[in-house]
Amino acid sequence: MLTISQNELQRLFLSPLAWIILALSQLLLAYLFLTHMDYFNALQGKMSAIPGAPGVTELIAMPLLSNTGMICLLITPLLTMRTIAEERRNENLPLLISAPISIYKIVIGKFIGTLSFFLCLIVMTLLMVMSITLGSSLDWLQVLSGTLGLVLLVASFSVIGIYLSSLFKQPTVAAISSFALLFLLWIIDWASTNAAEFTLLSWLSLLRHFQPMVQGQMNSQDVAYFLIIIFAFLLLTIRRLDRERLD
Amino acid sequence: MPDHPFLLEAKGLSRHFGNNIAVNDVSFSIKQGEVLGFLGPNGAGKSTTMKMLSGNLAPDKGQILINGIDLLDKPAEAKACIGYLPETPPLYKEQTVSEFLRFCAKLNNIPKKQRITAVDNAIERCGLSDVSQRLIGHLSKGFQQRVGIAQAIIHEPAVVILDEPTSGLDPIQIREIRQLIREIANQHSVILSTHILPEVDMLCDRVQIISEGQLLFIDTIETLHEYMQSSALLLRFDTEISVQQLNAIDHILQSERLADNTYRVTFAPQHDPTQAILSKSLVEQWQLTMLMPEKHSMEDVFMKILREER
Repeated sequence: MLTISQNELQRLFLSPLAWIILALSQLLLAYLFLTHMDYFNALQGKMSAIPGAPGVTELIAMPLLSNTGMICLLITPLLTMRTIAEERRNENLPLLISAPISIYKIVIGKFIGTLSFFLCLIVMTLLMVMSITLGSSLDWLQVLSGTLGLVLLVASFSVIGIYLSSLFKQPTVAAISSFALLFLLWIIDWASTNAAEFTLLSWLSLLRHFQPMVQGQMNSQDVAYFLIIIFAFLLLTIRRLDRERLD
Repeated sequence: MPDHPFLLEAKGLSRHFGNNIAVNDVSFSIKQGEVLGFLGPNGAGKSTTMKMLSGNLAPDKGQILINGIDLLDKPAEAKACIGYLPETPPLYKEQTVSEFLRFCAKLNNIPKKQRITAVDNAIERCGLSDVSQRLIGHLSKGFQQRVGIAQAIIHEPAVVILDEPTSGLDPIQIREIRQLIREIANQHSVILSTHILPEVDMLCDRVQIISEGQLLFIDTIETLHEYMQSSALLLRFDTEISVQQLNAIDHILQSERLADNTYRVTFAPQHDPTQAILSKSLVEQWQLTMLMPEKHSMEDVFMKILREER
């Protein structure tokens, strides 16, 4: 299992794709970080007068984590299309399937590999957040809750992408459909006008479960939602690959 | 190694794709140290059978026993005993040869201590020592095929399954790959699929001919050679002889003139007239310049077997 994730990660870093993704997302996030910083500086004077006003964590660190989530949404399809669809297209899957290793290990291995890449990206974002401590202090618990939310969010992205990747032979088709599905799950709650109202659509929304964690609220409901998504799509992918031998 | 009479045994394998029957009730087995050739035209069901043997495709009906272990019941244990090279070798082109083989070694659960030896062994046996640090994507097709073979033998499997290992290679590479397969056959049982008859002739102990999903012929290569044995001789003389004179010789059933002084004579399979022709030409002073048994090409035999079955 770890063999597969290791290999997945190694091959990712052998290609320019991983480096370019890391570099460009870092560039974008750095720009966003500075924008948030500027905004904070502009407001700082007014806010110091108000008791209980939002601090650096709310105004710089947390928006940055939200931005990272959005950027990961854009990156995920590009990474997950490689995991199964591209291997299938290059006819590399028989190598894994005829090895003495079960399908679930292959799928979980690929999932861990993709997730590890995102963890690199998240760690780099956190370094940026931590640089705030040079001049100010952070609410560490809120950062922790936001980070956990981000990890769960990205894990859900990956697992959905891997499932769609297992459905198709053309990597681009896999990428486009993962992007469409992820984006749909991101915006699906726009249909419900009342933000406080709890509807099926808002329950389905990834964003709706991610936002509270960024605000520092750890609801078991949200964590459960992400875990359900991860397990459900892992199972679907395993079943899909298992069925491939039958038809 | 457990003492099963057969390393690999397939019983009544069938497989449909929609309404097409790709493989229909195919049974065969392979013993220790044997090279089994799977021969058939394109689309005969060779690759489908190979995929079923390697666990990439589930059969509709039938059973596959590898070393006595049922492939469908205990896939992981059974798969540990086979090495498989599909038609397109599965390679990660962005890795170097040794990186890729190290991954394959791990994938096949080779313990850490033996992994380096296993990789080195596979590299050496497949003649990859000079290119082990190069990227697979930069290698020629022949070398990529070797990497594919190295991947299939790295865990010292009991049975190696090679699906059309020489397709798409140039003649020199074909010769090298055949040489390599022959060396591998010293240590492993090999199942080889091909549509090239001479390849089977050169490499295999036993042959199976498959066509339209059905096995037509399973026998040793010697029996196949008997099929190839023809009952005709080609003769050339310096002097003019009539067809009637040749027909008069014992055991010659029929003779025909091919060119000026070249004749083709046919005879009953058990009665070779060579001696009779020789002594006759001595007596008659016919100046015999050529006497050659006419051999059927493998292609003729193939067509013959296919025709006989229909």
